[in-house]
Amino acid sequence: MNTRELTYVKAFNEGMHQIMAEDPDVFLIGEDVAGYGGVFHMFDGLLTTFGDKRVKDTPIAEQAIIGLGVGAAARGLRPVCDLMFMDFIGVAMDQIFNQAAKMKYMFGGAVSVPLTITTAGGAGMSAAAQHSQSLEAWLAHIPGLKVAMPASPYDAKGLIVGAIRDDNPVIVVLNKKMLGVKGPVPEELYSIPLGVANIVCEGDDVTIVAIGRMVIEATKAAQALGEQGISAEVIDPRTVQPLDIDTIVTSAKKTNRVLIVHEAVQFGGIGAEISSQVQESAFDYLDAPVTRLAAPFAPVPYAPILENAYVPDAARIVAAARQLVERS
Amino acid sequence: MTETLAPNVTYGPPEGYAAGVTRELVLDLHRRMVRIRMFEESAGKLVESGDMPGFLHLYVGQEAVAAGVMSVLDDVDQITSTHRGHGHAIAKGAEFRPMFAELYGKTTGYCKGRGGSMHIVDMNRGMLGANAIVGGGIPIAIGAAFAAQYRGDGSVAASFFGDGATNIGAFHESVNMAAVWDLPVLFICENNGYAEFTAQGNHMRLDDIAERANSYGIPGVVVDGMDALAVRAVAKVAVDRAKRGEGPTLIEAKTYRYFDHQGIKGMRIPYRDPAEVEAWKERDAIRLLEVIGTERGLATPEDFAAILAQTETDIADAIEFARSSPDPDPADILDDVYTV
Repeated sequence: MNTRELTYVKAFNEGMHQIMAEDPDVFLIGEDVAGYGGVFHMFDGLLTTFGDKRVKDTPIAEQAIIGLGVGAAARGLRPVCDLMFMDFIGVAMDQIFNQAAKMKYMFGGAVSVPLTITTAGGAGMSAAAQHSQSLEAWLAHIPGLKVAMPASPYDAKGLIVGAIRDDNPVIVVLNKKMLGVKGPVPEELYSIPLGVANIVCEGDDVTIVAIGRMVIEATKAAQALGEQGISAEVIDPRTVQPLDIDTIVTSAKKTNRVLIVHEAVQFGGIGAEISSQVQESAFDYLDAPVTRLAAPFAPVPYAPILENAYVPDAARIVAAARQLVERS
Repeated sequence: MTETLAPNVTYGPPEGYAAGVTRELVLDLHRRMVRIRMFEESAGKLVESGDMPGFLHLYVGQEAVAAGVMSVLDDVDQITSTHRGHGHAIAKGAEFRPMFAELYGKTTGYCKGRGGSMHIVDMNRGMLGANAIVGGGIPIAIGAAFAAQYRGDGSVAASFFGDGATNIGAFHESVNMAAVWDLPVLFICENNGYAEFTAQGNHMRLDDIAERANSYGIPGVVVDGMDALAVRAVAKVAVDRAKRGEGPTLIEAKTYRYFDHQGIKGMRIPYRDPAEVEAWKERDAIRLLEVIGTERGLATPEDFAAILAQTETDIADAIEFARSSPDPDPADILDDVYTV
């Protein structure tokens, strides 16, 4: 495949263009997705290319946006419904967790809901408590939903295509601090299946499972650790639901130490689930307790100094990984 | 009344709405209503006796609304329903066997025993599902209407909900969006006067919920929800409007729930005056249609009796089918969480 450097947001945008060109059943609705191209310009050019029948600005009405997607998906279309900021998901939650997630099951398999919800999560921009959250554990807890969190330009394109081709409701959580991150992206249309983790770099001494933007920080940390003689393996689950626990457990059995890093608050986060499953499957292999590095149990603060203290970074990942390795 | 409704509230069905009523139509509406009522009364008794699990929100009293609207819809037209959804399913053509089997929690049920009373679905009949969240089906209906508009297939959608649901955000968001996009959808408010146990006067300032249509720039119509012919006439105008691409209509059908919010027993708390209940029963929808049909010489008491007898036979057959159907296997509990 012909590959070149693209930003995260341009890679996502290219995926949208290519999947919409491929499948006439795909349409996009949301607040300011058409004329403005989405607040982060992830939908730039779609209106011009595909017209106002397939790319539509909506009223500010998150429940109706998602509900319309649910109904249209149940009728066989492939809606992409944008929620702008992940924090707004609460307004639409009934349609997501009671309707989209459950229709297949409670209707005895009679209906599929191939709905994709796009949104942007994550802290680090002084956007404060209602524009910065990472709520993936909330969604991953609901049977019937899938949750993808692309952590590279390659994945931003491949996962949006994978989500739209998937026959289930999928929430694709872009990270707004990664929009300008560059990386290699093939020109062709390709799809990343949901539920397959990415081993970002291989190592022998410690496994770092990182979610979303923390993959970038973990990768930096792995380089620093390497310079200190510690070989870290970084795993990006890509989707937290379904969770590719096999790849994580295999790595845990090799390195014997596991550190989990996410931006969401630690209590009840995905790290708790991964930790529990690792100790259930690899207890005898572990040389140290499975450890989590995540946000404290507080809303995301505004002041840069507070927000920096709130979100894990490479330096803290290095320190936590060193503690694990030095313990045994 | 003109063919196209003005963007404000009108009262009652179009003039001369009952002219040209045929024997076939009278019997069709009667059959739909009788099938609903007898199903509900049988199901209510079966739950009451402990033979069937779960609990039921019975539709008895409101039959004219489902029958009237469904008589102008085809299988390709989609509906979304409520926790009080048996009537909508039956009027849309759902069969007794898989309905009873679902209530009994059997594999032969509409949802293979996964959904029960509040989640009856029949995709072949355009029954896009009952819904246990008040207002939850309204946004889904505009999605079905969007799909119809997107494909240009000429079908419409209808969402049924109660007076209580018009206070929830999903209603306002959905009606507004449907109005902005001229979606081919009917919003059918079955105003039975009570949001569960709370009287309308205690949950909104309005007497006529159809007035809410003014907020969205679409037509609102108040209709007698005990008169199936009147409901049908109003629904026909709304369907025609939707099919012409002119957008949604809000129809408020004034009706009444004979039983409690839930179950077949009498009132557990005295939230309704028994005289009020009796007054509404005086205008019972099935009897009203029988009177119209016989007075006009379109049908005889024997015709109506035959519909009752056939329905009784069908119900007995369906209950036997449901009881003798296999239970679901707990080993299959994870099936259909996802489409694979």
